[in-house]
Amino acid sequence: MATYEAEAPVVVRDPSEAVPARIARFATRLPVHLFLAFVAILWLMPALGLFLTSLLSPSDFATHGWWKVISSPHLATWANYANVWNNTDIPHALVVTAEIAIGGTILPILIAASAGYAFAWIDFPGRDWLFVAVIAMLVVPLQMGLIPIFTLYNHLGIYDTVLGLILFHTAFGLPFAIFLLRNFFIGIPKDILESARIDGASEIRIFLKLILPLGLPAIASLAIFQFLWTWNDLLVALVMARNTQPITVDIFSQLRQFGSNIDIIAPAAFMSLIIPLGVFFAFQRYFVQGLLAGSVK
Amino acid sequence: MAQVAFERVSKIYPDGTRAVNDINLEIADGEFMVLVGPSGCGKTTALRMVAGLEEISEGVLKIGDRVVNHMPSRDRDIAMVFQSYALYPHLSVYENIAFGLRLKKMSKDEIDQRVKRASSLLGLDDYLKRKPRALSGGQRQRVAMGRAIVREPAAFLMDEPLSNLDAKLRVQMRAEIAKLQTDLGVTTVYVTHDQVEAMTMGDRVAVMRKGEIQQVDDPQTLYDRPVNVFVGGFIGSPSMNMLDAQIVQVNGGIGAQIGDQTIALGAETTEQRPGLKSFEGRRVILGIRPEDLEDAALETDTPAHRTLNGKLELREALGSEIMAHFSIKGAHAETEEMRELAKDAGAEGTEKQIGVRDDEAVIVGRFGARSRIKVGEIVQAVVDTRALHFFDPESGMGIYDSTSPSKGAPS
Repeated sequence: MATYEAEAPVVVRDPSEAVPARIARFATRLPVHLFLAFVAILWLMPALGLFLTSLLSPSDFATHGWWKVISSPHLATWANYANVWNNTDIPHALVVTAEIAIGGTILPILIAASAGYAFAWIDFPGRDWLFVAVIAMLVVPLQMGLIPIFTLYNHLGIYDTVLGLILFHTAFGLPFAIFLLRNFFIGIPKDILESARIDGASEIRIFLKLILPLGLPAIASLAIFQFLWTWNDLLVALVMARNTQPITVDIFSQLRQFGSNIDIIAPAAFMSLIIPLGVFFAFQRYFVQGLLAGSVK
Repeated sequence: MAQVAFERVSKIYPDGTRAVNDINLEIADGEFMVLVGPSGCGKTTALRMVAGLEEISEGVLKIGDRVVNHMPSRDRDIAMVFQSYALYPHLSVYENIAFGLRLKKMSKDEIDQRVKRASSLLGLDDYLKRKPRALSGGQRQRVAMGRAIVREPAAFLMDEPLSNLDAKLRVQMRAEIAKLQTDLGVTTVYVTHDQVEAMTMGDRVAVMRKGEIQQVDDPQTLYDRPVNVFVGGFIGSPSMNMLDAQIVQVNGGIGAQIGDQTIALGAETTEQRPGLKSFEGRRVILGIRPEDLEDAALETDTPAHRTLNGKLELREALGSEIMAHFSIKGAHAETEEMRELAKDAGAEGTEKQIGVRDDEAVIVGRFGARSRIKVGEIVQAVVDTRALHFFDPESGMGIYDSTSPSKGAPS
């Protein structure tokens, strides 16, 4: 039987450890730490640049470049943010984006969790073939669906609606979501489910009381991916909507042929970046290792 | 509470394997029935059929008066303890025990009362708030028991519930479960591969082999009158010495000749086993339990023709007794059953010992602790002839009455 207890190695610091030994260890690790710091800074550079740009007035940005803020912090101003918040439709676009992203995350996860449970634990005819079909859907590129679904939406009358966008993201998020959750659920010890069945639980109760709580780590990671994907989507929103503009489309529309409204784009883009980050940290605590520990054996 | 009845029940897998083959078994209300056998004998499958986790291919299964063949597990009013315990890892001990009750829409007070009663019965009071991962193996086992008993089901099903515990704890829990079952008086079906567990816990024991029930009896009868060579070899530890013997004439009576030695069988034996007469001059399988052999030096009188002499190969002193492995001229009985039992015990083929010649067989005797025998010396072992077992080498059946007993389980 597999072990479900994944224990992280614990580094025990001996307080009585001699100072020279500590210095020696620090010295040996220094190159690694320096390298990691370098990579981290490199990775953060675009976000940092964006943030500093958003703090500069357009003229300062044009004359000095964004790094000027570092040497002359007095140039920094929240005026751009105030302007974006009060004078543009960016706040509205954020609300639309949130609607799309939340709907486009919750709906596929609900469907995929039920489907994943069925694929993992309910024996029905044609199950394996159906699952293969779902896997096959993974290779269908989203771009192939744009025109047919555009036509379909026109017929259904859901073109240019939040619902339409949610459904599109749900459809293309499902194959991976089902695949991931089914594979996670199948790792839940069978005995637990059988025990619940004997205890008198129906399938729906097993799903709600056992599968969902035990599947939380997988569901949380899936939620993050799906949320990021729908939040950052530009292509689908461009094709499937005209007036229902999420933040990406809104920012995109600020680009002009001659020059761009950097004083709007930078703060808007930074705001749009900070929200998924918050979602990530909120869900991070569900990545609990060893959630199944202690149930069997 | 209810009785459980198997009526000609079989389990056939799609590839044609018969995991359980045509078993008949009646488990009385309140009875502790143990299903025992080597791995792959179908005992767990049989239990899972009662639980409703395995479909029944043929036959009828009844719990109480109800035929439950197609009834889902949750309607069968049973509780099961799994080998892995199968606790719900995200729920506290309290919630684990209360899980089944909550599903029954029982009132909060009633649930609380029952959980508290079960927890105090099992000594879990201090752990109710803990998660399973923070419990020791023995405590997890108790939680699994608690989850079963609060439901107050018609029957308990237990699938090797002690096999994940260490030896000492296993002995303790064995006694606890047996006592709990007696106190609660709930019909229990208990599956194990450990014959000691089976013998100590069961009101009756069903020995299974290859999907079929060999014998169902109370532990003592199983030990005294094994219906066939398989049951004889399976029950008892260390297991019975199975020797190739010939029934011969000795001083007007009959005896069993093993190699160049003959054990005379008293009138008592022939009266108990009239069937033996018809085997005169023929080969039989002679079963001698280690505990029916004793060092002649410790016996007050050593009647002639009631001893086996051999060279001591190995001496295992256990303090309270000595396991004497000695070689005699002769051969072990070689049947399919014997090979199966040896394989189950972890040995490949028969137990040939290093340095033992091909025409010799090593047998085990359980001698008194005061025995002064030494390795390499000749030991004289007294045989308790009243306790010998005889099996027909053709059919493997025990030789008792003049008509050979019918195959299957006497009820």
